[in-house]
Amino acid sequence: MNTILRRAIGTALLGALGATALTGCGSDDDSDAKGGAGSKTVVLVSHESFQISPEAQKRFEEESGYRLKVLKSGDAGVAVNQAVLSKGKPQGDVFFGVDNTLLSRALDNDLFAPYEAKGLDRIPDAVQLDKGEHRVTPIDTGDVCVNYDKKYFADKKLTPPKSFDDLVKPEYKDLLVVENPATSSPGLAFLLGTAARYGDDGWEDYWKKLSDNGVEVTDGWQQAYNARFSGSSGGKKAGGDRPLVVSYASSPPAEVYFAKPQPTKAPTGVATGTCFRQTEFAGLLAGAKNEAGGKALLDFMVGKRFQEDMPLTMFVDPVVEGAKLPKIYSDFGVTVDKPQTMEPGKIAENRERWIKSWSSLVL
Amino acid sequence: MAVPIAFLAVFFGYPVSAIVARGLKEDGRWRLGRVGEALADPHILDVLWFTAWQAAASTGLTLLIALPGAYVFARLDFPGKQLLRAVVTVPFVLPTVVVGSAFLALLGHGGLLDEMWGVRLDTTVWAILLAHVFFNYAVVVRTVGGLWAQLDPRQEEAARVLGASRLGAWRRVTLPALGPAVAAAALMVFLFTFTSFGVIQILGGPHYATLEVEIYRQTAHLLDLPAAAVLTLVQFAAVAALLGVHAWTVRRRESALRLVDPALTARRPRGAGQWALLGGVLLTVVLLVLLPLGVLVERSLDTPDGYGFGYYRALGSAADSGGMFLEPPVEAIGTSLTYAAVATLIALLVGGLAAAALTRRAGRLVRGFDALLMLPLGTSAVTVGFGFLIALDEPPLDLRASWILVPLAQALVGVPFVVRTMLPVLRAVDARLREAAAVLGASPLRAWREVDLPLVGRALGIAAGFAFAVSLGEFGATVFIARADNPTLPVAVARFLGRPGELNYGQAMALSTLLMLVCAVALLALERIRTDRSGEF
Repeated sequence: MNTILRRAIGTALLGALGATALTGCGSDDDSDAKGGAGSKTVVLVSHESFQISPEAQKRFEEESGYRLKVLKSGDAGVAVNQAVLSKGKPQGDVFFGVDNTLLSRALDNDLFAPYEAKGLDRIPDAVQLDKGEHRVTPIDTGDVCVNYDKKYFADKKLTPPKSFDDLVKPEYKDLLVVENPATSSPGLAFLLGTAARYGDDGWEDYWKKLSDNGVEVTDGWQQAYNARFSGSSGGKKAGGDRPLVVSYASSPPAEVYFAKPQPTKAPTGVATGTCFRQTEFAGLLAGAKNEAGGKALLDFMVGKRFQEDMPLTMFVDPVVEGAKLPKIYSDFGVTVDKPQTMEPGKIAENRERWIKSWSSLVL
Repeated sequence: MAVPIAFLAVFFGYPVSAIVARGLKEDGRWRLGRVGEALADPHILDVLWFTAWQAAASTGLTLLIALPGAYVFARLDFPGKQLLRAVVTVPFVLPTVVVGSAFLALLGHGGLLDEMWGVRLDTTVWAILLAHVFFNYAVVVRTVGGLWAQLDPRQEEAARVLGASRLGAWRRVTLPALGPAVAAAALMVFLFTFTSFGVIQILGGPHYATLEVEIYRQTAHLLDLPAAAVLTLVQFAAVAALLGVHAWTVRRRESALRLVDPALTARRPRGAGQWALLGGVLLTVVLLVLLPLGVLVERSLDTPDGYGFGYYRALGSAADSGGMFLEPPVEAIGTSLTYAAVATLIALLVGGLAAAALTRRAGRLVRGFDALLMLPLGTSAVTVGFGFLIALDEPPLDLRASWILVPLAQALVGVPFVVRTMLPVLRAVDARLREAAAVLGASPLRAWREVDLPLVGRALGIAAGFAFAVSLGEFGATVFIARADNPTLPVAVARFLGRPGELNYGQAMALSTLLMLVCAVALLALERIRTDRSGEF
């Protein structure tokens, strides 16, 4: 009697739980999903750093007639891996956020269906890394560079470093904090930058010198930038003691943009000879439920409205020629003339081996 | 028992085995040889060794520091006690990134210790251990204190009348009675520190890694699923061994106890000894818990124009977030509270039924089930998150885009707390009371309502508090399934911290402070409800 009763309650509760779950599902798609195949919602899957301004989103929704839903999780690496794991049954229609350091992994796994976005002709060939097949579309570029704390160097009357070579000089001993390339995408980009600069044979030597010069390693960008770097607002409050950090060329304009009142000079600067260029791509996910909507979204992403939206939402450079940069972004940002870069196939071939040798060298 | 088993099977067993199988199967064939290969790898052995000893050290240190606290909170009455008990639970909900930077500010370069004595702990394992005490203080205070407050002090008094010394009486009477609760607390702290992730990543840097951190690296960054699967199995084996030892030690000591209303056992401190103890505990709490929390509050108020509420005001509008949030970021509070409430209900339901089943029955099967319930605590969030992703992707269980997935993942971590908190109390209920009720004609349900419920009401409240706090602060699994339109508080904090700029950092601190307040207020409210109800007996 006792067990029967309990079992009955149990079944009822499980049923209720299931029902809640199902209603939860249903309410997500809203009324517009009722049409079945011709869904009016397009789902973008991306990493945590994806942003679109509400105005740009509204524009897309009005022009295309689709409602945009964004699913984001983890950093670039995690997001790509998640997409790889759910391939064939994707969580959405378009994926944004695979960069040249991870591109091969996505392409080798046949994550994307080919689509040639409208307006591709306005994008320079240099960033069209899948030109023949159009499985991915370049959307933005960004430079990973060493940032410096202007105040520190002014107070010490020391010239900030400019290049990779400078970083191993004795006057910059114990000043630099970098991210672990195994767990952080800017960390990986910086490692690739040194490999591009010093070659397959030379980079290990360079890191030996860097290690002797007291480089410090954290696992992620947040710890490096917000806790250890003395130039960021977070680092100042946290008592950060390192005036050099691996971050982005767009970090100085972000420091200005997100300050109230906005200062007339950026508190941080960029060592332009230490940069590695990343290009981020988007692609139509193979097996997408709303293919037409996904294509419309890709067209929109290489369109002017979205391209000019990105600098102040994601702090990256547009890829489309002729896209205007917001004043604050061009005033406080730097143009990097000769960034290091590397072909995705080569990165894929060496990534893990390099990370392993790096770990045994530096950690 | 059917509900907890079904719940765990669908939302834990199935996803986790799916992801492990994905790693260990190649072309449809199992590759179990990989397990052996991994176990022969000296790096993995190093990681395993570090994981185990730091967890043991953290557990010991936490017990040492928190047991006096458990006594003080259980047996002494002092103004502000409820508030303080809520406050010590706050660390539980805070994102480790935020706490880590507070610890660095106190222990690192130019920190308080550095300035006063030139001591820097940020590069040593001490920072990790202290942060673990900070996070787990409440586990001991609440689980042990919960039972301690209900023990009848007259038994100890009787022993003293019969000639036992104060210490002797405590050792012979109280300690054995507390044994199961202490063991449960130690077990939970050990599991938490064994699977520690954020603390190690931030305070240990890349030099120290636990199995959990290693699983994360292999899964999330290298997509080396075979390696991750092996590590997951290793972690399972370690946790299972631990649970085995735990079950073995506890079973020999559990017995029916005389439970009384906690309101009757707490007294104003008397004598120099008790006052000194109270002072010592308060000082510990201030140094260890309030100081790091204070650092966060200070940072959230420290705007460029001096102290003020500028960052809090900014949270009220979506425009100030530079497009990062569609709704004002403060709305994350509502989202978090809703998710945590749903997760708490699920955890109480599943955990409560499981605990009831475990008290009523004995036997090997049940003991195995007991261990199974604890496994979610010993499983990495990334394994569960990725498991959800590949397992729950087909109707009727295509929940990947559903909001319910977040509370479900949170409840998984809450259930072990509910079970561990309720079990010692439920087992302490004298079965003869139930039998008496049955003899007097009560149905099993009625007997449960009239006998068990009043006595376990308090434990239920404590369990609910834990489940709620865990859900509120859960980040690992949530971040894999959170959606852009309605992030939870920890996810929103992480988003702010993921971007440079003063306003972002300030808002992250303000949001963390709000998370802290929401948690404290919710726990206080929970305690109130509980106090009202306990008036019944």
